[in-house]
Amino acid sequence: MATEPKAAARPLSPFMLGQYYRFQLTSVLSFLHRLTGLALALGSVFLAAWLLSAAAGPQAYARFETCARGPLGLVLLLGWSWALMYHLCNGIRHLVWDAGWAFELKNVYRGGWIVVGVSLLLTAAVWTVAAL
Amino acid sequence: MAQIRLPKNSKIDRAAGKHYPAPAGAKNVRVFRVYRYDPDTQANPRIDTYEVDMDACGPMVLDALIKIKNEIDATLTFRRSCREGICGSCAMNIDGTNTLACTKPCDEVKGEIKIYPLPHMPVVKDLVPDLTHFYAQYASIEPWLKTDTPPPTRERLQSEEDRAKLDGLYECILCACCSTACPSYWWNSDRYLGPAILLQAYRWLVDSRDEATGERLDALEDPFKLYRCHTILNCTRTCPKGLNPAKAIAETKKMLMERRG
Repeated sequence: MATEPKAAARPLSPFMLGQYYRFQLTSVLSFLHRLTGLALALGSVFLAAWLLSAAAGPQAYARFETCARGPLGLVLLLGWSWALMYHLCNGIRHLVWDAGWAFELKNVYRGGWIVVGVSLLLTAAVWTVAAL
Repeated sequence: MAQIRLPKNSKIDRAAGKHYPAPAGAKNVRVFRVYRYDPDTQANPRIDTYEVDMDACGPMVLDALIKIKNEIDATLTFRRSCREGICGSCAMNIDGTNTLACTKPCDEVKGEIKIYPLPHMPVVKDLVPDLTHFYAQYASIEPWLKTDTPPPTRERLQSEEDRAKLDGLYECILCACCSTACPSYWWNSDRYLGPAILLQAYRWLVDSRDEATGERLDALEDPFKLYRCHTILNCTRTCPKGLNPAKAIAETKKMLMERRG
């Protein structure tokens, strides 16, 4: 048993989410939390660009605004605003878990759907206010 | 690092799968697509297709596997023992989630029934994963009663309330469904203990008769062993015994926080 050559050659069983292991609300929301965190880090560059353009004078600011109000800019802003709301809501969900609450599967699912719903509502609210 | 794809020797050879048609006249046929790997050949894993006459087969997935082995293809290899969900031997990935083949009714699966070994584990043969590392991790938490006080002349007594704290923990059969459902365990199992072992660790932490709580907490206070749990909750979602490893891990984290004061 000291050195078993077979052990190294053993194949790894399939695991990939979606293809072999079902997507479930549990894993999907967890990955979304990470992805939105990543997106927000990238979004902070956009935020910095906004501030820099404002500091650089009206001409630069106008150029930035044209980009931000273009179709791509709006899609990105919509994505970022939702990412912020989702990351915020799910962060609160994590705080609840850290306190040891809401671990029953029923409450895990309830909490998950609440986070999805509330993040969408907050995003809609932000855009409604912005449109006024 | 998170591994996204299977290594070369683990990729499934889609063309190599064999097909075993249903016997003529079978009316209630279901299709089982089963992961096959034979260590005696150099071939990659493949998926074999078995058509089973359900009118002559028991209701559970394990019944079908046993029927396949007995009547269709004797080379199919899997672990099984108790056939009533208490030994944990027949844990596998059925229809995209980990569960025990013996307690999973075929009727709960729509369409083809896809069966793979527990995810992200070295495969010994077919549906048999190598659990050596998993058991070594279990041994590492020293799963036995540890005491400093001299043994009493009779049993170590426990109040009803203290005994109740072990409910939902002692029922764990170490089938490894939860650990191998955990993406964090897939990618960090070299150092992360995983939900099953952490639930077992908590079982000893809350045992009122155990006197090594501090020592046990010291051993768990590690960025990888415990804190690779990111509360994904695939463990609780998949546990065939309805236990809650994620809750046990959260309680362990709380114990560590409270100890720090």
